[in-house]
Amino acid sequence: MANQYYDPKDLRKFGKITEWSEELGTKFFDYYSKVFEDGALTAREKSLIALAVAHTEQCPYCIDAYTKDGLQKGITKEEMMEAVHTGAAIKSGATLVHGVMMMNKVNKLDG
Amino acid sequence: MYYGFSITVLRTLLNPRMSATKSLKKEGSELAQANKQLEILSNGIFKDELPTFAKKIKETGDFPLRPKKLEVLQINVGYMCNQVCDHCHVDAGPDRKEIMTWETMELCLEVIRNTGAHTLDLTGGAPEMNPHFKRFVEEASKAGIKDFIVRSNLTIIRANKKYYDLPDFFKKHNVHVISSMPHWTRGKTDKQRGDGVFDKSIKALQELNERGYGMPGSDLKLDLVYNPSGAFLPGDQASMEKDFKKALMEDFGIQFHNLFAITNLPIARFLDYLIASENYEDYMYQLVEAYNPMAVKNVMCTNTISISWDGYLFDCDFNQMLELPVASKIKHIKDYNEDILNDRNIVISQHCYGCTAGAGSSCQGTVA
Repeated sequence: MANQYYDPKDLRKFGKITEWSEELGTKFFDYYSKVFEDGALTAREKSLIALAVAHTEQCPYCIDAYTKDGLQKGITKEEMMEAVHTGAAIKSGATLVHGVMMMNKVNKLDG
Repeated sequence: MYYGFSITVLRTLLNPRMSATKSLKKEGSELAQANKQLEILSNGIFKDELPTFAKKIKETGDFPLRPKKLEVLQINVGYMCNQVCDHCHVDAGPDRKEIMTWETMELCLEVIRNTGAHTLDLTGGAPEMNPHFKRFVEEASKAGIKDFIVRSNLTIIRANKKYYDLPDFFKKHNVHVISSMPHWTRGKTDKQRGDGVFDKSIKALQELNERGYGMPGSDLKLDLVYNPSGAFLPGDQASMEKDFKKALMEDFGIQFHNLFAITNLPIARFLDYLIASENYEDYMYQLVEAYNPMAVKNVMCTNTISISWDGYLFDCDFNQMLELPVASKIKHIKDYNEDILNDRNIVISQHCYGCTAGAGSSCQGTVA
């Protein structure tokens, strides 16, 4: 094991996942590449969604990959930052909306 | 590993927003030397981690790479340019003095009148800065070549009064204009090509549109070249074209015909930038990983001859900058013989991965 959990160079090895389970690996990558094709949403829109999710998942590999993918697709840094804020807003909203649960509990126990 | 003095590093340390104003050659950078660039491209990661380009194309039996029918004569009429773009593979700029003489142009005209190629492609530098440019275009246009391209950086049209008539001149000689435009936003364009370039380019495009260039159905062809503003590969050409068309139309009412997505090749100023920004290895990995054997079949060196400002012959403009002449006994335009020249092996090195990544890349855009 390397002396760190994350190594940027490991992203290049992602495809090797298939070597230890060809069927599942191939199915995953087929699915993955299909998802990102132009469809009802453009590949560009999907790239921005992926970037936002990469941040909410806090996946360094994904942030690396979808920042580069965005640049390749001509996405501007302003668009990227808005996408990240969208993810962040949902993430904080998701935390905050649980406050209703807290309120319900307080009201039930001590209302 | 390259530990040499880097102009880009120095510039970044001094002022990260400052663009280049001088060529690497003028700065006295080690990377202005072709042999130094080739050394970097042949050592380091290509010693043990990544396959050389020759090894890669051997996998599909494409080595040695051989020309097909000659279709394009590309003439570099000089390295002088009014711009100093960060990514420039020519290391062009106002300080470059390599300019094609009229004597060499006459030799070129002789070849143009007799060639089997259907396309003539003038490049630079800014080709318009060659003092004989107009006379050369006038003469060359009489030769009846089907597609006569001038690669114009657009800002030259607005650079000086003496160039204001270029749009009319291009129209008069039915020149096909191909221009660089790294992005439809001012920020990204100026970052790569220098402050003020975007606004001048927009003005120049509008002037070309006014003369009918780039309009739907117009015979006056206006194409744009997109190349990335940093250490990443170009996206899908068709999608980029759609985005460019939409943005330029909405923001400025500008129209054009096709967008060519071109990959930055790791030579000259772009190589300097890659090394200075510590992106070199990742970039080369990207190119090698995106290698597409289908692109090799149509790579532009298989249908193009590149002629330098001093009349020497090369497989492409990149090899010209790396001072890798054609592997033929015909080395100079004065001895030009298409049949002998076409019977040659194309000279390759690791920079060639730039033309075979993804959908491939050439002066006419993707190839696969």
